[in-house]
Amino acid sequence: MSAHAPAAQGLSDCREAWVKALEALAQDDDRIVAVVNDSVGSSKLGGFQKKFPDRLINVGIAEQCMVGVGAGLANGGRIPFVSAAGCFLTGRSLEQVKADIVYANFNVKLVGQSSGVAYGELGPTHHSIEDFAWLRLFNTLTVIAPSDAWETAEAVKWAATHEGPVYLRLSRMAVPELDVPNRVFRVGQAELVRKGGDVTIVACGTTVHLAVAAAEALQAEGIGARVLNMATINPLDEAAILAAADETRAIVTVEEASIRGGLGGAVAELTAANRPVPVERVGFPGFVPTGSVEWLFNEFGLSAAGIAAAAHRALKRAKA
Amino acid sequence: MSLQNDTVARIKEKALWMRRRAFKMVYDAQLGHPGGDFSATDIIATLYFGVMNYDAAKPNLPGRDRFIMSKGHATGALYTVLCAAGYFPEDWLATYMQPRSMLNGHPNRNYLPGVETNTGPLGHGLPVATGIAIAGQITGASYRTFVLTGDGEMQEGSNWEAAMTAGNRKLENLTWIVDRNRLQQGAGTEETNGLDPLDKKFEAFGWDVSMVDGHDAEALLAALSAAPTGKPRAIIANTTKGKGVSFMENKASWHHGVPNDDQFATAMKELI
Repeated sequence: MSAHAPAAQGLSDCREAWVKALEALAQDDDRIVAVVNDSVGSSKLGGFQKKFPDRLINVGIAEQCMVGVGAGLANGGRIPFVSAAGCFLTGRSLEQVKADIVYANFNVKLVGQSSGVAYGELGPTHHSIEDFAWLRLFNTLTVIAPSDAWETAEAVKWAATHEGPVYLRLSRMAVPELDVPNRVFRVGQAELVRKGGDVTIVACGTTVHLAVAAAEALQAEGIGARVLNMATINPLDEAAILAAADETRAIVTVEEASIRGGLGGAVAELTAANRPVPVERVGFPGFVPTGSVEWLFNEFGLSAAGIAAAAHRALKRAKA
Repeated sequence: MSLQNDTVARIKEKALWMRRRAFKMVYDAQLGHPGGDFSATDIIATLYFGVMNYDAAKPNLPGRDRFIMSKGHATGALYTVLCAAGYFPEDWLATYMQPRSMLNGHPNRNYLPGVETNTGPLGHGLPVATGIAIAGQITGASYRTFVLTGDGEMQEGSNWEAAMTAGNRKLENLTWIVDRNRLQQGAGTEETNGLDPLDKKFEAFGWDVSMVDGHDAEALLAALSAAPTGKPRAIIANTTKGKGVSFMENKASWHHGVPNDDQFATAMKELI
């Protein structure tokens, strides 16, 4: 386990929101079951297990079996939430995710816990920074990385009612609630967190609040930064990205993931093919050195200063 | 004739039709896996015409018995049994592996009624079947789940993960049949990565184990219909790859071999 500082005031570990939402849904719908790989504790499912002992299926340390069992439970009319550390859920059982869940189109919810570099010091074996790129290739899999506790709960509720495969990418990092009035969770639509006309910062998951902080810093320098919360990585809200390319001069993408193939990759593909504008991708270049999650974020520019610097680089490349 | 004899006769009649029709599909497409189709044919015919409860007109009935074809390449056997069972009309079989056919080289449940899950990569069927059986266990449903794997396929570790899970959960509603033809794509199973003794392995994982002649409909019927024992059931069905056609039997090369005109004519003469 990664040693984290306790959540500072006003910050919350989104896993609490995940289990609270799941337990409430399970109370009302007995088709909802949880499937885990000895990950009851790390998925915070102890309370679920107490309330619904028969509906918590622990296959032990056997991820391929876990994902296959999820498909089978869906065949048997259940709504399984298959919850495990993101690195193992996606990497170890990628072929089961492909064939048994997405290609077979079963109504299974895959829940990647402690994603990104949450297990900082444990190293790249335990990081899940490749998952966006791997899973985004499955065009019929909905991939969602919620930005805060509220959005986590909304995403869990949406997944339970949506008929089809979903990957929810959750974190254990404590994050603040986004300050957006009258929020409505819309899958597949970017959320406008902050208006701005010079540059657009597209972020997801744990990095959205950092994008907001960067936009505030840029504002102080007279640069207007639009911030989009792109919680749904797949399908991508292409209209919002193309509008950003038209209405602002450059785009910065920010994700707690590899800069190859994930959110940054998706935005770069889309803009290069349709509206070439400078795109700077903030994230991890590949395997990262050991260090705490806080150190890794700062080292690789996942910070207000790092994102603002990326915005400057992008604007420097942009046409006046 | 007794009811039992009627059932066995019907299974044999369907199995003969399946072999002839599957071989025609492979001959027409010049693609397929006929060796494995023929080792599995009698097992599958026994399931659909002697054991399973289903309504082909309502393929999604929650209480249906389920059959999972883990050796997904044996689509000649699977598609012909589903056709014979009434899931779709015979003219669909003529589209086998043609562009945009619903009869893909490996089965897709979203295309074809009666297909329970998508298989093809080996080692996927048993975990999915285990999940279906768990759904039955936790809801108290009375349906049974059957899964057919190849034997070479046992080299995939995912099977052993699921074998452990099913054994520990005492899934007596789950029956696993191993098509033990002792040949995989390139060579014999024992010279590749040996599996014996399979029975002792399954017993150690908490399964009720029996061995049968996988081409003897009567023996298969008895093994598949035996009363539950409180454990998941594994049936090692000893079979012959390419069963029924002299020049194909026990030849690994017929794993995905396809017949020329003379071979097709010879096979049609032998399959009567």
